[in-house]
Amino acid sequence: MDIGLLTIESARTAILERQTTAVALAESFYRKIEADDPKIGAYLTLTRERALAKAAHIDAIADKGDPLPPLGGVPIAIKDVLTMRGVRTTAGSKILNNFVAPYDCTAVARLEAAGAVVLGKTNCDEFAMGSSNENSGYWPVRNPRDLTRVPGGSSGGPAAAVAAGTAVAALGSDTGGSIRQPASFCGVVGLMPTYGRVSRYGLIAFASSLDHIGPITKSVKDAAILLRHMAGRDPLDSTSAPVPVGDYAAEIGEPVRGLRLGVPKEYFGDGLDAEVRTAVERAIQKLAEAGCEVAPISLPHTPYAIPTYYVIATAEASSNLARYDGVRYAYRSPQARTLSEMYRRSRDEGFGAEVKRRIMLGTYALSAGYYDAYYLKAQRVRTLLARDFEAAFQQVDAVVTPTSPTPAFKLGEKVDDPLAMYLADIYTVTADLAGVPGISVPCGESKGGLPIGLQILGRHFDEATVIRLAHAYEHARAG
Amino acid sequence: MKVTEKDVLYVAELANLELTETERARMVRDLNSILEYVDRLNQLDTSNVEPMAQTADRYGIDQGKTGTARFAYAMREDKTGPSLPRDVAMENAPESDGAFFKVPKVIER
Repeated sequence: MDIGLLTIESARTAILERQTTAVALAESFYRKIEADDPKIGAYLTLTRERALAKAAHIDAIADKGDPLPPLGGVPIAIKDVLTMRGVRTTAGSKILNNFVAPYDCTAVARLEAAGAVVLGKTNCDEFAMGSSNENSGYWPVRNPRDLTRVPGGSSGGPAAAVAAGTAVAALGSDTGGSIRQPASFCGVVGLMPTYGRVSRYGLIAFASSLDHIGPITKSVKDAAILLRHMAGRDPLDSTSAPVPVGDYAAEIGEPVRGLRLGVPKEYFGDGLDAEVRTAVERAIQKLAEAGCEVAPISLPHTPYAIPTYYVIATAEASSNLARYDGVRYAYRSPQARTLSEMYRRSRDEGFGAEVKRRIMLGTYALSAGYYDAYYLKAQRVRTLLARDFEAAFQQVDAVVTPTSPTPAFKLGEKVDDPLAMYLADIYTVTADLAGVPGISVPCGESKGGLPIGLQILGRHFDEATVIRLAHAYEHARAG
Repeated sequence: MKVTEKDVLYVAELANLELTETERARMVRDLNSILEYVDRLNQLDTSNVEPMAQTADRYGIDQGKTGTARFAYAMREDKTGPSLPRDVAMENAPESDGAFFKVPKVIER
């Protein structure tokens, strides 16, 4: 059994049919991590004790012949921005190098309750700020498909682990594209649910009105399975929606014939790599052959999405990261003689360059005299962007676009130009701003063998349609 | 709106970041580059557009009610319940006496 090819279903079946035990499976993943992860760098912390205890518990259930929980024994990886009680949680930052989380993230707890075995915490851009995993306070992650290139970010670690087969599935987070873009670069599936679909309790906050937790998997069905078990109202997150959770995996095969797809011209203009364009157009054609109606649409405020995002996200981040002051937890600068020095030095020494840059930008945008011109202005443009989608969804059921303008770029290529790095998010930030769900599914490769992703966006709380379309495409492509 | 070194010093103070000299110079450059790009938001007339604080406005909020009653979906009973125990909450403290967090003396400026 090549454990690198396992899906959630095949892993659980292997345990159910006693082809392997949950403990043996977890151990074989740890051997694979030891052999393959050093050159990739996806993992920051391994949670062996917890994983093996959980696996033993699953094996005890299986030995008795009792029904196995839905994710029984399935080995997963968790992006290090999600807390797990008693486990080192760094958010990819040196400032949290020794932080041991005192509580569980709801989404992780729900997956563990369903039987999942957490192998470890994965690397990411520091505080989820980045598009290449080069902003990690620890080390950059390399794309398993081409080790000289980035895996994307900020969920580069989870995407790389799934692509390398060192986890069956993973959880990432998405604020401006951080699930979808690395999934696209690494050739795996990444789903960002509607804002509020999955509780953010236990997600170390970057930008509270934009943050989402979502699955990164080898197949659309696996993403549907994980979503079903994570989603739903949580009293610990007042922004989590009291909207019923569908059985996304059970409904996945419903026909897509007659669904209307919108192709926004603003996502197919200058800056789009020719090979990406070809692959995505071919994918849309496949969906048309499956019976979908395809129509050109316009999302006219798209050119304003990046500046809107970088004002709102950085402003919210400057507020959320104010808590890292050296007082109650996290890094405290040893030489500080006064309280003020302690705050300033702990933060300057503990945070990386990109984090500081965003805190500065956000603080500036919120400061007296600039608040109206920047933050309030950006919030108004956010309304216009959300209205673009509302208007589109009067005409179509889903919007199809490339996930990223290019395939994975080389390590070091964009580190000296923050603005160039920000522009990599051009097709993904709109969904975060509007709160709509979106998936990236592999749709081809460049001539150099680099994965290309197709993005499908849907109406609020209509993950079912997004998942159905992505699954239909996945099957049309394989067939 | 051009950002100067003086602006950077002021904002760094607000953000409680003690930037080194190299960091300050780099920050002037980076902030100007990004803000110049952000300025294009002024191409849009938003005089009649409501600001959007968050997308969660579209579910749960009962526009038929007024005041806090609109947010009934996010409310709970005003009753005390279990919360993070103090010893657990203090586990990551850089310095404490078990009951309080200890910090350097606050010096009047």
